[in-house]
Amino acid sequence: MPSRLFFDNLGAILTYAVVGTLWNAFTTGVALWGLQQAGLVASRVQAGLLDFLLFGSLISAVDPVAVLAVFEEVHVNETLFIIVFGESLLNDAVTVVLYKVCNSFVEMGSANVQATDYMKGVASLFVVSLGGAAVGLVFAFLLALTTRFTKRVRIIEPLLVFLLAYAAYLTAEMASLSAILAVTMCGLGCKKYVEANISHKSRTAVKYTMKTLASCAETVIFMLLGISAVDSSKWAWDSGLVLGTLFFILFFRALGVVLQTWVLNQFRLVPLDKIDQVVMSYGGLRGAVAFALVILLDRTKVPAKDYFVATTIVVVFFTVIVQGLTIKPLVKWLKVKRSEHHKPTLNQELHEHTFDHILAAVEDVVGHHGYHYWRDRWEQFDKKYLSQLLMRRSAYRIRDQIWDVYYRLNIRDAISFVDQGGHVLSSTGLTLPSMPSRNSMAETSVTNLLRESGSGACLDLQVIDTVRSGRDREDAVMHHLLCGGLYKPRRRYKASCGRHFISEDAQERQDKEVFQQNMKRRLESFKSTKHNICFTKNKPRTRKAGHKKKDGMANAEATLEKPRDLGFQDTAAVILTVESEEEEESDSSETEKEDDEGIIFVARATSEVLQEGKISGSFEVCPSPRIIPPSPTCAEKELPWKSGQGDLAVYVSSETTKIVPVDMQTGWNQSISSLESLASPPCTQAPTLTCLPPHPLGIEEPQVPLDLSADPRSSFAFPPSLAKAGRSRSESSADLPQQQELQPLMGHKDHTHLSPGTANSHWCIQFNRGGRL
Amino acid sequence: MGPRSSHIALIPDVDQIRNETGFSEASLLRLYGRFQTLDRNKKGFLSRTDLQQIGALAVNPLGDRIIDSFFLDGSQQVDFAGFARVLAHFRPVDEEEAATRDPKDPEPLNSRMNKLRCELIFLSPTPSPVAFQLYDLDRDGKISRNEMLQVLRLMVGVQVTDEQLESITDRTVQEADEDGDGAVSFLEFTKSLEKMNIEQKMSIRILK
Repeated sequence: MPSRLFFDNLGAILTYAVVGTLWNAFTTGVALWGLQQAGLVASRVQAGLLDFLLFGSLISAVDPVAVLAVFEEVHVNETLFIIVFGESLLNDAVTVVLYKVCNSFVEMGSANVQATDYMKGVASLFVVSLGGAAVGLVFAFLLALTTRFTKRVRIIEPLLVFLLAYAAYLTAEMASLSAILAVTMCGLGCKKYVEANISHKSRTAVKYTMKTLASCAETVIFMLLGISAVDSSKWAWDSGLVLGTLFFILFFRALGVVLQTWVLNQFRLVPLDKIDQVVMSYGGLRGAVAFALVILLDRTKVPAKDYFVATTIVVVFFTVIVQGLTIKPLVKWLKVKRSEHHKPTLNQELHEHTFDHILAAVEDVVGHHGYHYWRDRWEQFDKKYLSQLLMRRSAYRIRDQIWDVYYRLNIRDAISFVDQGGHVLSSTGLTLPSMPSRNSMAETSVTNLLRESGSGACLDLQVIDTVRSGRDREDAVMHHLLCGGLYKPRRRYKASCGRHFISEDAQERQDKEVFQQNMKRRLESFKSTKHNICFTKNKPRTRKAGHKKKDGMANAEATLEKPRDLGFQDTAAVILTVESEEEEESDSSETEKEDDEGIIFVARATSEVLQEGKISGSFEVCPSPRIIPPSPTCAEKELPWKSGQGDLAVYVSSETTKIVPVDMQTGWNQSISSLESLASPPCTQAPTLTCLPPHPLGIEEPQVPLDLSADPRSSFAFPPSLAKAGRSRSESSADLPQQQELQPLMGHKDHTHLSPGTANSHWCIQFNRGGRL
Repeated sequence: MGPRSSHIALIPDVDQIRNETGFSEASLLRLYGRFQTLDRNKKGFLSRTDLQQIGALAVNPLGDRIIDSFFLDGSQQVDFAGFARVLAHFRPVDEEEAATRDPKDPEPLNSRMNKLRCELIFLSPTPSPVAFQLYDLDRDGKISRNEMLQVLRLMVGVQVTDEQLESITDRTVQEADEDGDGAVSFLEFTKSLEKMNIEQKMSIRILK
């Protein structure tokens, strides 16, 4: 439920709910009594004025369930919807009070009712509604507070939400307060904080469970209605009463709406026009609440109960079926303003905020403490005290509406781009709004810089285009997008699946499984065709590696739909790389060893390379991620890896993204022959390069594990290392221009280019050892 | 309000102001009363310090710009006519009035376009005439990326870092910019906000 809209229109909603319901109840009751006096109602209906008032009170309430069910289909504009829906929610208190008051009056007998009883009735109205709201707010506060601390026990979050909301309902019921109001206020009050505090998965769980439950409950209610209708022992028919009721509720509702709207329009900024009024009066559906109340009547006290039951059933059926079915054509015919579902744009968000501030300021100038003034005050209070108290620290720190919109827009763009199977070329042409060329988000160091350099990235990706299939292109691009656009949260050390933990990388593990199975298969075929590795192997490599480093979504796509031959070595490297980077220990390579024999090669190479790495002495920071990438080359020694040359550099410098590898790779592909000739000189340089302290690289290392297990779903917290990424960004940016050309790549002395250089060096070392190209 | 301005005739140039702004008598009286309250020294006009005395304005991120918007053309004082003129932008749009308006008359101050322009005035630190002040610092008729960045800086909370702010700015400008010149002109600005109910949002009920 849109809370901002609700509070904006609160005046109208309250008017309709309270005044409207009272008016409806009173007029319907009196009119029916008048009808009886006029003799149109059979005299077997023994009911006095109070009885009719009682009946009027229970039949006049608009039912939220029915309204919601119908209006969801119709999609009228939000103002109209929120007014009708809000009215149906808030009139529960009025209905309950009226019903109870009239019931007690009837029981006391009309002779005994005194003036004080009327006063008590009015007072109880306030008590019931405000008390119900207060109960709801108390539980909202509790809920928000407890969800603040559920970081380690995510699994109970949905449970908490359900339980506390239901507890609010039960508590209000126990105290004879308005239960619907309690639940409404609970939801309204806690929404903002709970949404910020609970995990994305919990949010989804709550949302869909609630929808399911609500839908079940509605179905059950209407089934009960239907069954009771058929059970004729429960009711007795009187045509006069039934027809009269039907007519009166429609008529008096319309009249009431018109009168109230006329009054309200004096005060509203945007007046409700006639068509809105028609929809509002026509949309006042009665539902199960009326039926439940009528069934509860005591037959001894209200002898006409059976007639009332029959009438209620007919009324409910009529409103729901006839009115509900015809409201959609009516809306279309009347050309009611429909809800425009427009995508949120940053501009709108920004300007909304601006307007709010301006209006609050102008109100201050005018000296009038109007709506905006109070809303502004409330927001300040909320920001200073409430949010700090009720929202998790990490969520509070990063919570900002403009940023939220931006983030969501980015994700949406990335997803839609992928869905359209976008062209790599077009993406680099910056048609994606989420990828502005000047984008310089801290966490996407290499990718963005590569793209920033414009032509360089274009060139490489073009080359890839000619080689790769469309799917590869789009996958590579998708990866670029996600790396570029998504804010990468701090990497979490994933706990193993315990009873109270949801294993977050179950999907990834599954994917890896599939991966490995495929790889095993292919290993056989590869071994038999040692010297014939097709050029096409290049394609999936980068992509695969890329995918492994993203969240499960892309993973699923990648792994599940690759029919191509994959060079096992890259997958092994990928797996190993991913594993090691995820777990930041070389132990991971050990576990992988058993899984896939291909990896065994890699592992060995790893240890070798590791030792080499240690020689340089400056790889204290996570040496494994850095070292392991080149290791495939060792494996490649054994196999025709003509096409695999480029991959070395691929993994080394691009811990965060595969654009660099792509660049490297194309560089390699473009001049394989020169590569061979260059093999020796770079290799001699290798030791020197190795010895150069890869300080910038070292800084980059922590990014790797952090960025790898990017989980866009989880709450986004600023990893401190991203600040470091900012520093190293400038260094890696220098990499880009170099990467297309082989020569500078190979012979680069600058230590900032150590990453590609080192990769080459390692490769060269192994190359020499392997002794063949 | 009682003894000070109980009669509309006390307000100087009241007819002209009423024509320009379209305020009702009651609103004008109220505004005049407020004007006099703010005018501590009874100078007959407001200076910047007078407006800055308003406490709540100080904590408003756009407070300074709003104060500046009252002082058009760089002057340091604003009289009641100017005061009313600026506030007229926030008068709610009256549909009937719009229908019966003589098309030859200049566009009423609270029309949609003027409301938007007003917002532009508010968002530019140096006040200038109503035409095209899109957050526009250098008054070239366009919002450049930098100007957008400054406004966003005001709007956004402290927890958003500078890099993120830059990306948001980029995206904001890109969303609105249609001719690809990297800046947002007034027309593009209005287009990007066409979905928003400006008339409703930029109106204050009390000023009817």
